[in-house]
Amino acid sequence: MSLLADANLRLAANAVDYAMLAFYFLLVLGIGYLARRQVSSSLDFFLSGRSLPAWVTGLAFIAANLGAIEVMGMSANGAQYGMPTANYFWIGAVPAMLFLGVVMMPFYYGSKVRSVPEFMLRRFGRPAHLVNAISFGTAQILIAGANLFLLASVVNLLLGWPIWLSVIVAAAIVLAYTALGGLSAAIYNEVLQFFVIVAALLPLTIVGLVKVGGWQGLVDKVSAGPGGPDQVHTWPGTQLTGFSNSFVSVLGLVFGLGFVLSFGYWTTNFVEVQRAMASRSMSAARRTPIIGAFPKLFMPFLVIIPGMIAGVSVAELAGENKQALLDGGTAPSGATFNNALLLLMRDLLPNGMLGVAIAGLLASFMAGMAANLSSFNTVFTYDIWQNYVRKDRPDGYYLGIGRTVTVGATVLAIGTAFIASSYANLMDYLHQLFSFFNAPLFATFILGMFWKRMSPAAGWLGLVSGIASAMAVFVLTRAGVWDLPGQGAAFVGAGAAFAVDILVSVGTTLVTAPKPESQLAGLVWSLTPKEDRRHETTGADAGWYRNPSLLAGIALIITIVLNIIFF
Amino acid sequence: MSEERRRAGVFDVRLVIALLIGVYGLVLTVLGAGFTTRAEIAKSAGVNINLWAGIGALVVGAGFVVWARLRPLIVPVRTEDDAPGAEREPDSR
Repeated sequence: MSLLADANLRLAANAVDYAMLAFYFLLVLGIGYLARRQVSSSLDFFLSGRSLPAWVTGLAFIAANLGAIEVMGMSANGAQYGMPTANYFWIGAVPAMLFLGVVMMPFYYGSKVRSVPEFMLRRFGRPAHLVNAISFGTAQILIAGANLFLLASVVNLLLGWPIWLSVIVAAAIVLAYTALGGLSAAIYNEVLQFFVIVAALLPLTIVGLVKVGGWQGLVDKVSAGPGGPDQVHTWPGTQLTGFSNSFVSVLGLVFGLGFVLSFGYWTTNFVEVQRAMASRSMSAARRTPIIGAFPKLFMPFLVIIPGMIAGVSVAELAGENKQALLDGGTAPSGATFNNALLLLMRDLLPNGMLGVAIAGLLASFMAGMAANLSSFNTVFTYDIWQNYVRKDRPDGYYLGIGRTVTVGATVLAIGTAFIASSYANLMDYLHQLFSFFNAPLFATFILGMFWKRMSPAAGWLGLVSGIASAMAVFVLTRAGVWDLPGQGAAFVGAGAAFAVDILVSVGTTLVTAPKPESQLAGLVWSLTPKEDRRHETTGADAGWYRNPSLLAGIALIITIVLNIIFF
Repeated sequence: MSEERRRAGVFDVRLVIALLIGVYGLVLTVLGAGFTTRAEIAKSAGVNINLWAGIGALVVGAGFVVWARLRPLIVPVRTEDDAPGAEREPDSR
């Protein structure tokens, strides 16, 4: 993938823009320094001492996911497919986030585990734990590489530095604050990043809409363009899924994206769950993903709509260029959909706002990468190092390991940045990874949480066969045996992984011994007393507006309304 | 440990957000009011986006300051409210 097809992509930033950018970096490093003073134990470093308020963890929850994937990937998707991309938010994220807060968080927070793999350890024992810890770690390094690559591409575009140098400098900045302040630095910066990203994208969207004649103007222009009127409706999204039949496409979106991929991602991905685990009480932990769901509902307007505007108003992406890209070729202009946001910024923003927009983009990519690093170092230190390599050392030893691992992970991410650079659409790459790692994990989790009979052997065997079947689908589509354009390959892979995992787990459970029920309290729904799942409703957790279920209900209603409006 | 907490409490992320957004708002408002050229305004579809985004940012920044003033961080959270602290102990091994 090339983000910098031409020198004409260079943004005309001036001294004011650079000063704004520099001021932002100063604050980012300042937060790293301030957060360092809070770190006195490994729990402070890895879980912020479980002390943060819900609005902080809720915004961090959403900002951790608001990396390159979301901002560049979703605006590229918006330019390419239009409104169906919103399904990634309204179908593919919000319902699962609400489910995490209402149903699953009591088990995560209540069982006092320090990571998702640790939950696997308690529920299924060592083999499942090891498979999960290693697959999660691998995925984080690969995704961190994708974030790093995009970060470096923007620096390259802006300053003209070569990619390799940009990669290293960008990595050094993220490393500096995550290694210093641990999760607190990452989370506080994520909250800051969230606001910078909104400050960057909201004005861009407004100016873009004025430019194309408002919402109606955008609808008319997109409908008349190469993608046709399908691109202004969220359903059935046949171009996005790659299934020509509307019914199959809807089924793919609801089951593949909405159920398997999305629940797999949001409910078991430790990058997200870690933010909730860092909050100060059970009630705050449950509210974390639910509070995050509200900004998530409105992110499509800040990323997809600018992408769509770029697809009709930026000369390098509109008309014949878009047609050529949709046909799978290269645009005569040399641009790709991944350039959409940058090109729109170049076309519309004056100096000043341009500086804020660049800061917002860099913020977003750093947020993503820091989230990957801070969750990787927790899993590596607590789950792999403390369990299998060096047990029973003093706490300070693991704190030191955490910092060292952050450095090592950054170096590895620099390597994987170059793998990410070989994909034309980063969403394809990332969904591919999610289908490998998240879909089978979700199957194992949901079965293990609600079926007390499920045996430890079923835990790891199901996981391994699920991952293997997703990889098999990937190999088949890559080899051309099975032709699935768009992101359909990842949806099918995720579906296969989920189904195979369930089948293998059930089959294995029937012929192996279950875990004694006495060891499953707090880990399985039917064996957890109801009062253990309750949370405090006094003090800082009092009030109807702090009731997780009520907040989740409101978010669900908004989701349904948005789906109806943009149907 | 309580001393650590007390020092840590001095740092309120809302004020950092207010500082960043406020400075951005100030710079953008000044640029928009005095230094954004006609050509630049024409480029952004006739909207003086520096000015409007600047004013918006100033309002948001001020909002954070007001919030931090009205609901200040309670510094010795750990020592007064021991419910979360008590939960935390068995965990810190």
